[in-house]
Amino acid sequence: MSEHTIDGIIEKYRGQPGSLIHALVEIQHQNHWLPREVMQKVADALQVPFAQVMQIASFYKAFSLTPKGRHEVHVCTGMTCHLRGAAKLRAKVEELTGLKDGETDTDSRFTYQTGACLGSCSIGPELIVNGKHYGRMTPEKIEDVLKQYE
Amino acid sequence: MTDIVLTIDGKEVKAKAGMTVLQAAQQEGIHIPTLCHHEKLEAFGGCRLCMVEVESRGWTSYVVSCVYPVAKDIVVRTRSEKVDKIRKVLVEELMAHAPDAPELIKLAEEYGADRNRFERDASFCIVCGLCVRYCNEVKQKNAVGFIDNGARREISFIPEVARKECWDCQECFTICPTSYAQAAYLLSEALAFPGQRKKIKAEKPLQPKSRVIPIMPAPVTT
Repeated sequence: MSEHTIDGIIEKYRGQPGSLIHALVEIQHQNHWLPREVMQKVADALQVPFAQVMQIASFYKAFSLTPKGRHEVHVCTGMTCHLRGAAKLRAKVEELTGLKDGETDTDSRFTYQTGACLGSCSIGPELIVNGKHYGRMTPEKIEDVLKQYE
Repeated sequence: MTDIVLTIDGKEVKAKAGMTVLQAAQQEGIHIPTLCHHEKLEAFGGCRLCMVEVESRGWTSYVVSCVYPVAKDIVVRTRSEKVDKIRKVLVEELMAHAPDAPELIKLAEEYGADRNRFERDASFCIVCGLCVRYCNEVKQKNAVGFIDNGARREISFIPEVARKECWDCQECFTICPTSYAQAAYLLSEALAFPGQRKKIKAEKPLQPKSRVIPIMPAPVTT
């Protein structure tokens, strides 16, 4: 994501320490992760100590302090999906992408994460790529789904 | 403003509105054990060791005295069987992290805590937040902060700030109950700006003696 967009977000909240989380959320949304330099810029602009920005950014799981891939792959590990075979899905995704939970591949194609519960138990087990839900997943179908994302 | 009268350990105590039970007790010379409390800092309620029994309108409850405001006619007991048990377990839990911290050893003796009760996770930090809060509130440098959350929470020095501020201050080392603040600083120095102290010594040769506290040899307790 361009530096321009990030600077725009930071400018919007300049001098407002109370808007720290809003600023971080927006940057996370645009950039998919929070680089250290960006957090330093946020700290300077919002007049918040850097230590506090780090504290907030590391506290909430919604913020990522490491780069994310272009596509985010989630496998639901909630109770329903688990009973319907989520473990097999995880094994297959891990085999296809070569990633473990929370990792990103070297060419930044995929970031793979598990999560529970993603809220669509009726169509479980499910796979979510970039927010798109793929319900009633089977290990055989995964390859075709992941192929669509480059 | 009128004084609020309450009872602490059978003694009538006068306190001003807005004071905490801990302050009221300290002003009367009644001792309540604390780890995360520091008179210059805002109450934190982190270590829970200052837990006391409060009886109010016939109801008994257990509250953290460093953040509990005084109220009219409450009866506070700083020691009771249950309070002692709560403190004992708290000390045992903290000792899983910092088994040789002098303050904890003293408390363990007083409350009969078994330092080996819980499986060791020797992080040496009991997350009392004294260093973080002292740096923020008193020094206003914010060289050290909390990182992560829940059970993984820990303190971390920010190298950019620490390299400029910490060597000449080191005040958090003395208030840390476990010496971990010092260890964490030295570790980040070694990782992020090694050799810096030599440079400072060369620039300012007439510095007063450095305040690095020698880390005490671990007391032998089993």
